[in-house]
Amino acid sequence: MIELNDVAYSYGDGELLGDLTLSLPAGSFHFLTGPSGAGKTTLLKLCYGELLPTAGHLRLFDQDVRSLDRDGIAELRRHIGVVHQDCQFLDHLPIADNIALPLTVSGHSIASEQANLSELLSWVGLRDRASALPPELSGGERQRAALARAVIMSPDIILADEPTGNLDWEMSQRLLQLLVELNKMGKTVVIATHDMGLIRAAKTQVQARVLRIANRRVQLAGADL
Amino acid sequence: MRDLFDINRITGFIIGDAQAERAVPPTGFTARLTVFAAAVMAFLAVFALALSVSAGRLSERWANELAQSATVRISAPAGQMQAQTEAALAVLETTPGIASARVLSDGEQRKLLEPWFGPDMPLDALPIPQLIEIVEADVGLDAEALRLRLLGEVPGAVLDDHSRWRKPLAAAAGRLSFLGWFSIVLIFAVMGAMITLAANAALAANAKVITVMRLVGAKDSYIASAFVRRFTLRSLTGAAVGMVLGVIAVVLMPAGGGEAGFLSDLGFQGASWLWPLVIPLLAGGVAFGATQAAARRTLKELR
Repeated sequence: MIELNDVAYSYGDGELLGDLTLSLPAGSFHFLTGPSGAGKTTLLKLCYGELLPTAGHLRLFDQDVRSLDRDGIAELRRHIGVVHQDCQFLDHLPIADNIALPLTVSGHSIASEQANLSELLSWVGLRDRASALPPELSGGERQRAALARAVIMSPDIILADEPTGNLDWEMSQRLLQLLVELNKMGKTVVIATHDMGLIRAAKTQVQARVLRIANRRVQLAGADL
Repeated sequence: MRDLFDINRITGFIIGDAQAERAVPPTGFTARLTVFAAAVMAFLAVFALALSVSAGRLSERWANELAQSATVRISAPAGQMQAQTEAALAVLETTPGIASARVLSDGEQRKLLEPWFGPDMPLDALPIPQLIEIVEADVGLDAEALRLRLLGEVPGAVLDDHSRWRKPLAAAAGRLSFLGWFSIVLIFAVMGAMITLAANAALAANAKVITVMRLVGAKDSYIASAFVRRFTLRSLTGAAVGMVLGVIAVVLMPAGGGEAGFLSDLGFQGASWLWPLVIPLLAGGVAFGATQAAARRTLKELR
């Protein structure tokens, strides 16, 4: 599903990631850990085509991302749900419309997906905040809305960048539960996080691999996690 | 090309996608700039069109009317005037390409001179030449051959086929008509440039919107269409308003009657009143092309 073969990524003269060879098969559950600035977010960006590798080959759904044009990348992203660290909303649209944006841009009728949208809003606890604008939401509410937007298209891959950064423990567990449920449905889940508690909780529910990024390389983390 | 005129595509474009429209927030000043620029340019285009159509009409009229007539002027001593007039008529009657030749009466000659000398001019007291009006047949007249015959048989006769002043007048009117059309091209070029500026500003102001839409899987064509549709409809609306105001201004131009000349004749006649309707459609087309190009360029740069 996601395959990296000798992938490197450089900013200017400095190499941030190098010699990455990694396979994230369909239905797998991975955590990405590592110190700040190690390249967790960069690796996630490579995985949804926002950044292109400066060397090596990265294949998403059996397609080399460097061979795709912008429309091809856009098509791929419809199968990948992303929870961004900074959420990335359109501030002039109510949060319900923001959550429905992936449906909108892929030509789905919002009217026919209304039930699905309401259910999702209820699940992330934002039913009463549906008409609020993103700047009116708290950090936690925005994070939950970002998760709802990431899963509304029922994507094959879910990438989450510090998804519990602004959530309390209870909401973190609810979010994890959803991600685990999605994984049990066959979705591939990759979460970049510093939250060791989240990783431990996940390992009790699902077979998760923990990858640690350090010194520009990815290593399988120890069993102590 | 077939896709461009696909009726479903055009209908879809006009109806639009309400959700896509909402995703891109309206940018106040670019909206106002586009509508204003389109309205002003359409207003000017109506005048350029009126000028062009009128000058074209005038050029055609001068060319046609004057080409069909000529004049023989006979200057001779009073005692020989009658004989030379008859000799000239005899020459004209046997010249191919002349449908009719008629000696102008004193009254008609007086009327021709009236604008310069007034109505009470004593025509008998002045050595006025005798004029013979010639109407050409469809086959046309060989003016040079006729001149030579008149020179030999009627020494006091001079043929004036109006070409000396008809040609520069018709050429001037033709040039004026061309300038009118060229002005229209310039007006639409300026409109395109202004809409491109406004579209660039709108795209730059919405860089974050574009980023977010791309992150959730929007194709560039989808993002561009939201901008293109908006700018096209704004230009169409502005140009329609400008066109209506321009036509009203042309209608309100003071009428000068039959003798007032070119300026009071500026405007449209008959079917040419339909020409201004093309202006908003052209403005829409220009806006569509300009915004499409601007969006494609900006989206390519925003990798």
